[in-house]
Amino acid sequence: MITLRGKGVSYDAPAQARGAATIRLVTDPGRPFPLRSREGFLVGSGEVPEGFGWYIVRSTWSERADLPGPLAKLSPQFDYLDDGDVVRLVPETGAIRVLHRRSTPYNSFLLTERCDNFCLMCSQPPRRVQDGWIADEIMEALPLIDRGAQEICFSGGEPTLLGDRFLNLVRGAKSYLPRTALHVLSNGRSFAQESLARKLAEIRHHDVMIGIPVYSDLPHLHDHVVQADGAFDETIRGILNLKRHSVRVEIRVVLHRLTIPRLTKLAEFLVRNLTFVDHVALMGLEMTGFTRANLDELWIDPVEYQAELEEAVGILDRANLRTSIYNSQLCLMDRSIWRFARRSISDWKQEYMPECEGCEIKSACGGFFSSAKLRYSRAIKPARQISSIND
Amino acid sequence: MSKFRPVADFDGSIARAYTPLPVKFTKLRDDDYVLTNVAGEFLTLPHSDLKAFVEGDLRPSEPSYVELKARHFLTDDDSDVAFDLLALKLRTKLAALANFTGLHIFVTTLRCEHSCPYCQVSRANDDRREFDMSEETALKSLDLVFRSPSPAIKIEFQGGESLLNLPLIRFVIEEAKRRNVTEQRDLAFVIATNLAVLDDEALDLCLRHDVLISTSLDGPEDLHNRNRPRPGNDSHARAIAGIRRARAMLGHDRVGALMTTTAASLNRAREIIDEYIAQDFGGIVLRPLSPYGFAIKTKSYQSYDQSRWLKFYFEGLDYILDLNLAGFSFVEGYAAMVLRKMLTPFQPGYVDLRSPAGIAIGAIVYNYDGDVYASDESRMLAEMGDHSFRLGNVHRDSFEQLMLSEALLEPLESSFAESVPGCAWCAFEPWCGADPVFHHATQGDAVGKKPLSGFCDRNMAIFRGLITRMQDRPGVRAIFERWANQA
Repeated sequence: MITLRGKGVSYDAPAQARGAATIRLVTDPGRPFPLRSREGFLVGSGEVPEGFGWYIVRSTWSERADLPGPLAKLSPQFDYLDDGDVVRLVPETGAIRVLHRRSTPYNSFLLTERCDNFCLMCSQPPRRVQDGWIADEIMEALPLIDRGAQEICFSGGEPTLLGDRFLNLVRGAKSYLPRTALHVLSNGRSFAQESLARKLAEIRHHDVMIGIPVYSDLPHLHDHVVQADGAFDETIRGILNLKRHSVRVEIRVVLHRLTIPRLTKLAEFLVRNLTFVDHVALMGLEMTGFTRANLDELWIDPVEYQAELEEAVGILDRANLRTSIYNSQLCLMDRSIWRFARRSISDWKQEYMPECEGCEIKSACGGFFSSAKLRYSRAIKPARQISSIND
Repeated sequence: MSKFRPVADFDGSIARAYTPLPVKFTKLRDDDYVLTNVAGEFLTLPHSDLKAFVEGDLRPSEPSYVELKARHFLTDDDSDVAFDLLALKLRTKLAALANFTGLHIFVTTLRCEHSCPYCQVSRANDDRREFDMSEETALKSLDLVFRSPSPAIKIEFQGGESLLNLPLIRFVIEEAKRRNVTEQRDLAFVIATNLAVLDDEALDLCLRHDVLISTSLDGPEDLHNRNRPRPGNDSHARAIAGIRRARAMLGHDRVGALMTTTAASLNRAREIIDEYIAQDFGGIVLRPLSPYGFAIKTKSYQSYDQSRWLKFYFEGLDYILDLNLAGFSFVEGYAAMVLRKMLTPFQPGYVDLRSPAGIAIGAIVYNYDGDVYASDESRMLAEMGDHSFRLGNVHRDSFEQLMLSEALLEPLESSFAESVPGCAWCAFEPWCGADPVFHHATQGDAVGKKPLSGFCDRNMAIFRGLITRMQDRPGVRAIFERWANQA
């Protein structure tokens, strides 16, 4: 587990004087001079070149000679920071926020904490706050991200509640990261306004996918899960509008006690009504946020829903809908659906359980959210490689 | 109080009475009824639930209520997105109509070295060229081909034995490709041939232009040779040798085969299927015998009745299902075509089961002599002396004259199954089609009386047979879903 935001960073007086900034961290002492004033040099064992805007030292750094510029000393949980990472320094409060890590393919930006859904299992419970500053900060970070980044994600909250600022961020992602895929996690309701779908399409982002949850084929069951009247109709209309404008859409289904009973019917509904979507993700429950409060209502041991999962995956796959299973463990699944399982959990959240000790397929398995310690399947057990032809 | 609301808070289904959406129903068997909506989605319900539903008495607490709601047979206060989705599905279903004619059949010659008793149109293979298509006729026909707005154009060469006029095939392909440089259609070619006269020159042409081969394989050697006599009685051996050569040169999946059912086939469904498996085909289309041409003249059409054919069909289908359930993938093509209508929002490419009918607007035939027919069956009918479906001639008539001719518009207008007596209220209508040529040939009327129609009989039995198999045999639904979704 990796910490992405926190305090306890000590900034020296020149750093305090410089104030907050969004910067890229570098380790190359030979950076061209025109770039140095806007970058933070991560001090290692080698020489410390002049001219950088900031000098960042790890918690293990033992003070020696003065550094040639403003200094930030990291608290231990941020020692992992490395070349190419983008951070926001906030000297006033001794805080740091890690906005982008170059070494991981999973980088997510939370655009806002506001949301018009109130999902029973929300992992990022919404708050009614004025947090427009977040979008500004991300806008500053986008030009600093390594142009080789594979994919970035815009999540929330509900990103589209930002309206035009959401569109501007998509534009920014297109402009500054012309080879990077953009994954947007949205409840889709805003796209019931066709104009928003059209404007998004008109940006002509080179590789954008909007991930939208649909929890049931029955409107009121979906509305219950997301705790919003009329959400189903808006979400479906939003999906239709996005596809009308050729924006790629992914359907995301969280698997829990309230969605499992209609899971195969939902698969049939998708095949029949939304067969033109680009991806369907069936996702294990994350034991965080509201899920903890609603655990009794939501928890079902994944080993108990494997038949429904297998059937739903089959219906989707036979209809040529690209399908993935996320946040699930291979040892619970029938081998016939292993090929749909993806290692999807962000590396800073992914862990394994004591029962996984000795498992031969661990490296292929998605493992657990670190939050899963709260509760996970009683059926987790070490699995063997396919050891014989008849296995 | 919890900040989360219970599920009942969101359920508006009890607030007001539900509104039934357009629905048709037909008895399936015993107490079971099939219901379909305008998009062809279906549900089976016991009589009591159906009765409650149509009388407005079905309670939201009934299990069938939510199934009817989820499949857009009714709406209630909860949601009105069903209208958007139904409209979209209906548009999807009808979208292909806007493309107009996609399949263009060129009859390159009527000459053939086979003398199959069921064949409708062939002539003895002598050296006379009066039954060959000329280049002038081909050019005029190509003018018409490219008048079709369809983004995909498939040109299929038929006979007689089409390859006996190979120079014309080459001429048409090269000319079509030349025009396509500016037309930019998705252009494809098929040669229908018995393969008996296949030579390197023809194969080379196919390779160069990505031509698909479609051949005839009626079953095991004795049956095939009996159905398809030729000098030397070696039709089967030549077909098999031709299939191998063509596959080796063009690719395994570039060669397809079709079988024709005769009275002699009826007890041999398994053997016929086994022959297709032995020859490494991925499937078979178990076809009914068409009532046209020599088939009627020689009375071979009447030589067995519909129920006998259906027995043959289902014996074959069940054998194929046994194979699939045991893990061997093999497709029955007619079922696959029907299942695409039943289980997906899409329409199959097949032109013989459409509403409105596919005559001329799905497929059109340019005969060797320049006559234009509304379908392959239409020209077979013409060979029997009935020219009802001859739209005109490429040398005399313009595209507008052909496509707006009474010979086409009248049967076309009467081929909307949605408004045909007997079809309008049939639950199977969304999956079915109209075959005005068949009904004209058998009943003297493009619409026909459905209770007397072999077309209706056969398709109703197949629709029922497919549903009951999904209900009765676990695993069949999954196989059918796979068939329905293969392109």
